[in-house]
Amino acid sequence: MNKILLIIQREFLNRVQKKSFLIATILVPLIFPAIIGGLAYIAIKDAQSAKAETVHVLDESKLFNFESNKRFNFVSLDVPFEQAKKVYLETDDFALLYIPKIDINKPEGVAIYTKENPSIDKVGDLESSIATQIHDLKLKEYNIDEAILKSLRPKVNLKQYNLSDTGEEKSSNSSILYGLGFMLGILIYMFVLIYGIQIMQGVIDEKTSKVVEVIVSSVKPFQLMLGKIIGIASVGLLQFTIWIILISVLSSGTLAYFGLKMPQKQMMEQVTKQMDTDPEMKEAVAQQNSKVTELLGNLSEIPFGKIAFVFVFYFLGGYLLYGALFAAVGSAVDSQQEAQQFQFPVTIPLLIGYMGLFMFILRDPHGSVSFWLSIIPFTSPVAMVGRIAYDVPIWELALSMVLLIGGFLFTTWIAGRIYRVGILTSGTKVSYKVLAKWFMMKN
Amino acid sequence: MNALVTKNVSKRYTNHTALDSVNITIPEKSIYGLLGPNGAGKTTLIRIINQIINSDEGSVEIFGEKLQEKHVGMIGYLPEERGLYKKMKVGEQLLYFAQLKGMGRKQAQDRIKVWLEKFEIKDWWHKKVEDLSKGMAQKVQFISTVMHEPKLIILDEPFSGFDPVNAQLITEKILELKENGSTIIFSTHRMETVESLCDHIALINKSKLILEGAKKQVKSQYKSNTFLVEHRGNNFRLPAERYELISQVPLEEGLFSSTLKVSDGINGNQVIRDLIDITEVHSFMEKVPSMADIFIDLVKGEGDEALKKHLLEV
Repeated sequence: MNKILLIIQREFLNRVQKKSFLIATILVPLIFPAIIGGLAYIAIKDAQSAKAETVHVLDESKLFNFESNKRFNFVSLDVPFEQAKKVYLETDDFALLYIPKIDINKPEGVAIYTKENPSIDKVGDLESSIATQIHDLKLKEYNIDEAILKSLRPKVNLKQYNLSDTGEEKSSNSSILYGLGFMLGILIYMFVLIYGIQIMQGVIDEKTSKVVEVIVSSVKPFQLMLGKIIGIASVGLLQFTIWIILISVLSSGTLAYFGLKMPQKQMMEQVTKQMDTDPEMKEAVAQQNSKVTELLGNLSEIPFGKIAFVFVFYFLGGYLLYGALFAAVGSAVDSQQEAQQFQFPVTIPLLIGYMGLFMFILRDPHGSVSFWLSIIPFTSPVAMVGRIAYDVPIWELALSMVLLIGGFLFTTWIAGRIYRVGILTSGTKVSYKVLAKWFMMKN
Repeated sequence: MNALVTKNVSKRYTNHTALDSVNITIPEKSIYGLLGPNGAGKTTLIRIINQIINSDEGSVEIFGEKLQEKHVGMIGYLPEERGLYKKMKVGEQLLYFAQLKGMGRKQAQDRIKVWLEKFEIKDWWHKKVEDLSKGMAQKVQFISTVMHEPKLIILDEPFSGFDPVNAQLITEKILELKENGSTIIFSTHRMETVESLCDHIALINKSKLILEGAKKQVKSQYKSNTFLVEHRGNNFRLPAERYELISQVPLEEGLFSSTLKVSDGINGNQVIRDLIDITEVHSFMEKVPSMADIFIDLVKGEGDEALKKHLLEV
């Protein structure tokens, strides 16, 4: 036991003291806020510098009425088409919109002329603006007045509740759950893969540098393998903890710096002023407020303690399960290149879990595929963590956890048997048959 | 007391037998040469002694006790294929190995310093192994083998990779360790090492032990009753019932060198007495077989071409 601790300590210190560890640990959390900050910066700059584009409108049908807004500045022309084109060409303006005499039941021939290729966004905006006007015109033909027209476009926001067996209501928000499941699932997938491969590399290094023969004359191969797996796990946990702390500190820092919270506050103040005068606004604000409180309510409904516990459990369980397999792969080969043929089959179940996360779990968390993915130990680390936010029945969770523990004991046992022979065997062409032979070999 | 005794140790793999009922006895404080060609089973035997693998049959006793996990601290092992952690510093690395052998940190630190000083490499503590030359790394490896003062030291081809100066240095240290009471097992196929250093030998071939004993005994056992004589003139006759002239080579100025095989029971004095009557003797010596001669002789009957070839090469 004491010797395993020594091995863990060496693996841990040796990695943590490396420059690359320091760089990765500091850079990764810097990259996230840098991206968020960068995007926010560009978005703000864009919004500030964006001028309304001028669009010349030649409306021969005399049906439409374009109101200038933040994005477009409409200029009406009342000249023949050929002349309108000339007028447009003499300016630096964005586009010429040509509406021939059309039948609103068959709105064909509307065209836009530009000097550069316009963005889909802008064309789409104009298209929908025309479509809306046609829509309104048609409704008007049926003698429907404006007030009714307005009420025809209500804003709907479904309130979500989970009804438990006891009839208890719990409100929920599927987009929060989706985001949470998505993020946690990917984190586990990345962690298992990145650190699993580190185990493999460590084993290959020891084998190719021949240092392993000296070590196994002092400790059992199994102790060495276990020590390495646990040592690297502790490096991962440390790095992870630092990342979480740094990312949350830096992200909130950048968000605050770029003032994303400020405009919201200002807007609220402005809105409050207007509220007394404008009854419509009042309604909108009330709705907005209820949405915010609902969101906060939803957040407080999510059992973060439980999720955190489950996350850490599957994080470690998944890592141990795959870590042992990666160690076995490393022990069987003589070089990184050779490792690839065995590395692939090891990563496939992990990949299945990862793809299942998007294809099944986040779409239908309680479907039968989702159930099985989160029960089978090879996929459960990614799948269950993605699913956990959706209130998994306790027996399913318990079953999945027990199976995961059984799973990693099983893979560790198999890996240990391959490892003890593999690390001392070099220069052999290793196939699955050879691996099976090693596995069966007496000690 | 014996340092190590193996009884009927066997190890079989699916396709071949690595060791077939091997019995060896290594006396305490001896330098024991384990000889044999590659693939004979030396490394398997060494791995069994180091508890890296287990034998299928038989038992191993170390200093009178059944070999167990607690004995790893008593053994120092220098494998043929050397290896150190390249990215680790010399001092840290030695400290790690010493602790794995069961030493306390403080004690290990002191001992490592002593050894670094012995090799005059005290300032290497903070050097990374990847920055050392091959010979330098070998020194570090040797220290890692002996720093915990093991009672049994196993050296697999210890001189490969050393230049003559360092090989001499290592030889001195090995003899010093023997003086201090360690037992040393040499696994090698270099005969000159065996001749000069070992006092006990064993020959393993094709997974079987074919010879074991004290070097002196083995040599006298395989004495061939052959004498090498330099003499002037060759027109004489030796009594044919006692002497057989194996070869005669003329040297300069009428001198000849003759190899004589004599019958059992005739010693050197008798040979000289017979010779001085009939010729002028310039030099006289008994031809003692070298270890290589013995081994070639031993395997001749078995028709083992590979072993013969191997022994002739070295």
